[in-house]
Amino acid sequence: MLDSYFPVLLFILVGLGVGIGPLVLGKILAPHKPNDQKNSPYECGFEAFEDARMKFDVRYYLVAILFILFDLEITFLFPWAVVLDSLGLQGFIVMMIFLGILVVGFIYEWKKGALDWE
Amino acid sequence: MTLMKLYTLIPMMPLIASIVIGLFGRQLPKVFSHLIPIVLVLGSFLLSLYALYISYHGYVFNENLFRWMTVGQYDLNIGFMVDNLTALMMSVVTFVSLMVHIYTIEYMENDPGYSRFFSFISLFTFAMLMLVMSNNFLQLFFGWEAVGLVSYLLIGFWYKKPTAIHANMKAFLVNRVGDFGFLLGIALIMFYFGTLDYKEVFSRVDTLAGQEFMLMGSSVSLVTLISILLFIGAMGKSAQVPLHVWLPDSMEGPTPISALIHAATMVTAGIFLVTRVSPIVELSNTALSLILIVGSITALFMGILGIFQNDIKRVVAYSTLSQLGYMTIALGVSSYSLAMFHLFTHAFFKALLFLGAGSVIIGMHHDQNIMNMGNLKKYMPITWITFLLATLALVGMPFFSGFYSKESIIEAVKYSEIVGSSFAYFAAVFGVFITSLYSFRLYFIVFHGEERWRNKPISHNHHDHGLTTNQSPHETTWVVIMPLILLAIPSVLIGFFTIEPIIKSSFLLKDIFILNSHLALSQVTEHFHGPINMALHALATLPFWLMVLGFIVAYLLYYKNINFIKTPKILKKVMDHKYGFDNFNEYILAPLTIRLGNVLWKYMDIKIIDNFFVNGSAKTINLFSHITKKIQTGFISQYAFVMVIGLLLFISYFILGGKS
Amino acid sequence: MTLSTLLTIAVPEIIILIAAMSVLLLGVFYKNTTSLFGITQLTLLIAAYFTAQLPIDVKLTAFNEMFIADSLSMFLKLLSYFALSLVLIYSRSFLQSRNLHNGEFYALTLFALLGINLIISSYHLLSIYMGLELLSLSLYTLVAFDRNRPEATEAAMKYFVLGAVASGFLLYGFSMLYGITGSLQIAEISSRLSDTSINPVVLSFALVFVVVGIAFKFGAAPFQLWVPDVYQGSATPITMFIGSVPKFASVAMLIRLLFQGLDHMVLDWQAMLLIMAIVSMLFGNITAIAQTKIKRLLAYSAISHVGFMFLGLATGTITGIASALMYIAVYVLMTLASFGLIIHLSNQGKELDQITDLSGLGKQKPWCAFLLLLIFLSLAGIPPTIGFYAKFSIIQATIQFGWIWPAVIAVMSALIGIFYYLRIIKVAYFDEPGKNLNQVSKSSNNELSVTLSINTISLLIIGLFPSSLMDIATLTSALIF
Repeated sequence: MLDSYFPVLLFILVGLGVGIGPLVLGKILAPHKPNDQKNSPYECGFEAFEDARMKFDVRYYLVAILFILFDLEITFLFPWAVVLDSLGLQGFIVMMIFLGILVVGFIYEWKKGALDWE
Repeated sequence: MTLMKLYTLIPMMPLIASIVIGLFGRQLPKVFSHLIPIVLVLGSFLLSLYALYISYHGYVFNENLFRWMTVGQYDLNIGFMVDNLTALMMSVVTFVSLMVHIYTIEYMENDPGYSRFFSFISLFTFAMLMLVMSNNFLQLFFGWEAVGLVSYLLIGFWYKKPTAIHANMKAFLVNRVGDFGFLLGIALIMFYFGTLDYKEVFSRVDTLAGQEFMLMGSSVSLVTLISILLFIGAMGKSAQVPLHVWLPDSMEGPTPISALIHAATMVTAGIFLVTRVSPIVELSNTALSLILIVGSITALFMGILGIFQNDIKRVVAYSTLSQLGYMTIALGVSSYSLAMFHLFTHAFFKALLFLGAGSVIIGMHHDQNIMNMGNLKKYMPITWITFLLATLALVGMPFFSGFYSKESIIEAVKYSEIVGSSFAYFAAVFGVFITSLYSFRLYFIVFHGEERWRNKPISHNHHDHGLTTNQSPHETTWVVIMPLILLAIPSVLIGFFTIEPIIKSSFLLKDIFILNSHLALSQVTEHFHGPINMALHALATLPFWLMVLGFIVAYLLYYKNINFIKTPKILKKVMDHKYGFDNFNEYILAPLTIRLGNVLWKYMDIKIIDNFFVNGSAKTINLFSHITKKIQTGFISQYAFVMVIGLLLFISYFILGGKS
Repeated sequence: MTLSTLLTIAVPEIIILIAAMSVLLLGVFYKNTTSLFGITQLTLLIAAYFTAQLPIDVKLTAFNEMFIADSLSMFLKLLSYFALSLVLIYSRSFLQSRNLHNGEFYALTLFALLGINLIISSYHLLSIYMGLELLSLSLYTLVAFDRNRPEATEAAMKYFVLGAVASGFLLYGFSMLYGITGSLQIAEISSRLSDTSINPVVLSFALVFVVVGIAFKFGAAPFQLWVPDVYQGSATPITMFIGSVPKFASVAMLIRLLFQGLDHMVLDWQAMLLIMAIVSMLFGNITAIAQTKIKRLLAYSAISHVGFMFLGLATGTITGIASALMYIAVYVLMTLASFGLIIHLSNQGKELDQITDLSGLGKQKPWCAFLLLLIFLSLAGIPPTIGFYAKFSIIQATIQFGWIWPAVIAVMSALIGIFYYLRIIKVAYFDEPGKNLNQVSKSSNNELSVTLSINTISLLIIGLFPSSLMDIATLTSALIF
């Protein structure tokens, strides 16, 4: 039974290899001669203006959360679309109800101004 | 509408009136304060008559309205039982209540507590109906306490008067003694029968007949114990010696109340109770003898006190005590129907006497001292004639209602063979003379003779009630007169018309249980040959002539003012102290109780209970409380930690608990 | 399964869902919040009508037996509608005076109600979890509703984190149950657990996780720590809501999972419930004594009341369930009245916070003081109020089951409880008014005071005639199995 999971394992291993390999190669092959100039924060040749860890606008989180929400809901559409043939009319209606509820949420956030950046 | 709904409506209507007036009486126009209760009590009265009509035709209603609660395997129900006994009581209660409601309109006219008063008397009517209509001891007890409560409220109605508060307190305390006995009796019934339902208790009472009960080392018959405990309850409410002390003092309440509660209805609750539990009481001759003797003492000695009172209401109050004694005598000789009969006639003429006295009091501008009255016949003719009729009924003038009931009781005592019946016979017969003496004394002093208020010393106290020397009393208005007349009719006639069904037919007897060996009542029935014969025959008997003698003595002493008897000083003193019951309570019983209470308080309460149990445990708990409070730190991480610990404890409980 | 039967069974939930979405949208498009109040109340009424149409003595299922309608669901749902309706009436003026009265409040309460309904009618672990999350998320948001107050945000944060942990426990338990039985449907789980070959250790693990998850939702000790902070931090109407309606969902969840799903493990969860019951009763009542703030005091009082409910449920008998159902109905009624009173006595801006704020109430507002007297007598369980009968029936069921010592402990803890309830009455009647006493508040309107009076007086009336409510509870619990 586990045989069928072998491609997955292979996929994970290759993924790890692609991610880690270049870093390890760089560490081994590249020369290491650090000095103060090299270690200082780099900003297009200028001195650094401020700390790199800056506060993000809270609206950024809002948009991010909304994006995740709708992104996940869309994911739900794929398996549905694949088997829509066999689900028939009932499956279609159910999904429309689901989307309808989503739309209500969308209208609410739009009206509420969650999508306005300014 | 089913009969159940109909019967539920009877007590509910006064209750609704009471609630509406109690809550909104002051906001509504004054006229509603009396209109609403009167209309609803009238409805209640008419329905009661209908109930009497139904039960008269032989239908005994006995159903539970709903289950109030379940305690263990015991069901506690609220329900009604309407038989002839109940229906009779209901009719009397609602009728007298109705009269008193109407009468009150004038009596309390200028009182600031007008709507409060109506609310109370309607509430009383409700409670009394619940008491008599009950089909179990629990509801009986509820009604019992509720009428008591209203009674205290009304005795202390004028709560700014110290004497009223004192009387109120006294009534409360004395009734507690009686209720304690009553409650113990109910508890014993609950314990031995497992139910409080009348029907079931009475159907199983035979099984109890031989049982003994261990009480402080000696064994007592259980039936006797239950009977006596229930009778102690009855003694409290029906003011039998020695628990009578509260009734004369209760006259501090407004007069309509004295008529309704302390003469016609509530005080007869004890008589009703003993009649209702006749299947139990009958089985114990000891209890019957006790009842008989207590009744005799009350009938005789309380009557004698009536001769020496100068407050018009107190005279009537002592008369009530004495008449209640007569009823108790009838209970003692197993003539329950006669007790009910006297209760029934007495309700009318005693209410009439009280309302008449109230009318006099209004006429005298709230002066109650009879030594300030006299010759009121001239000024208040209707009050005079109705009062006279009531007096004749009270003393037992042949053809008047009181005659039939009292004469039957005396007859019954004569035929009884129970222990104490000879003393009871003497008390009952001699009581007739006493009754006649104090009744006519009151009558002559109040309605005849000179107009004494004209000679009384002038008082400069503005709070003093009463007429000034140059004022004259005048007749009261129709709202007072009408109840007087309406009550006078049954006071005169009702005995004549009802004695036949009560003595000859089984009208009441079928709701009462009498042992075959107790012959008194059947003897009375056997010797009864119609109301006219009875009245004519009475002319040749001792009680009648004693009554006449009482009249003559009173006539000579108080009308002609011939002082041919000099009251011995010692007797006067005894009478003024009312045999010393109050003194005994005040100087011996009360200090002893207080001392005992002090000892218990100082050593038991403060040292042991307060310091050790109460304060000690309170301190410990308080300490704990401040420790457990610390658990609430406010840090999420610690909260989550505690949760995980709890989870782990439960898991380890299962793993280590040998589950695997 | 035809569409029509499905619709009859789930129609109250569908109505609530549609109403919740409509209220959400109406709230953003129109600013008229009074009509939202009306729509929400109307929704509750219609939902109650359709719920009452279902048969009480038949078990109907829908959605592949994920959804059930029986006596229990009917009893609890109707009570939920009623309680929520009262909550809304009490809350309105308070929210209006603090600029919190908007569409989101009604939408969130309706979504919470949908979650509650879903839990009550769930016959499947997944739908229970879904309902639970819907309810919890709505509650987290409601706690933070007054987001400009730091306490509210803090309380919401705590509630959210701890709630997530508890949900995790519950879900973990569910997954183990699925692993053991291979099913998520409650009736199937029950039938498969009768198989004796199951590893008892894994089953015990699953049980412990499930019970802990439930106990957290109830707020039973030792999983009660969120209760005082959340009660104290939330705005009073929200506290009232959290303290009342969701309790119905919790009790349904417990009965469905333990009585219907894990009925073969009765001896195991009985012991756990009993331990938690005793700890909750004692901890709640003892800690409440040291409290100076009234909402915090009520929080501890809630913990002790949950202990009483657990005691009734722990017996595992029909009478035990009946007494617990009775208790929860009474408890919710009392909670609504007590918080209603707090709202009634809270001024614009100034809230009733300290117990000492109540001093002198007896002289200044005798009627309010009388209501307070009734409410706290009932909470303390003193006759003739209904609180007495509720406690009495629990203790009676315990003794009937043969547990004498738990009954004794219950009585003892009730006695300890009387102490702090009476202290409040004493403060209201006998203490001299302090200078910071709430003057007669104009914020509270007539409908509030009338509802509050009726609610409170009903504690007395039902207390005098408890048998009809008890009969309904007994009938409901008899028809569950």
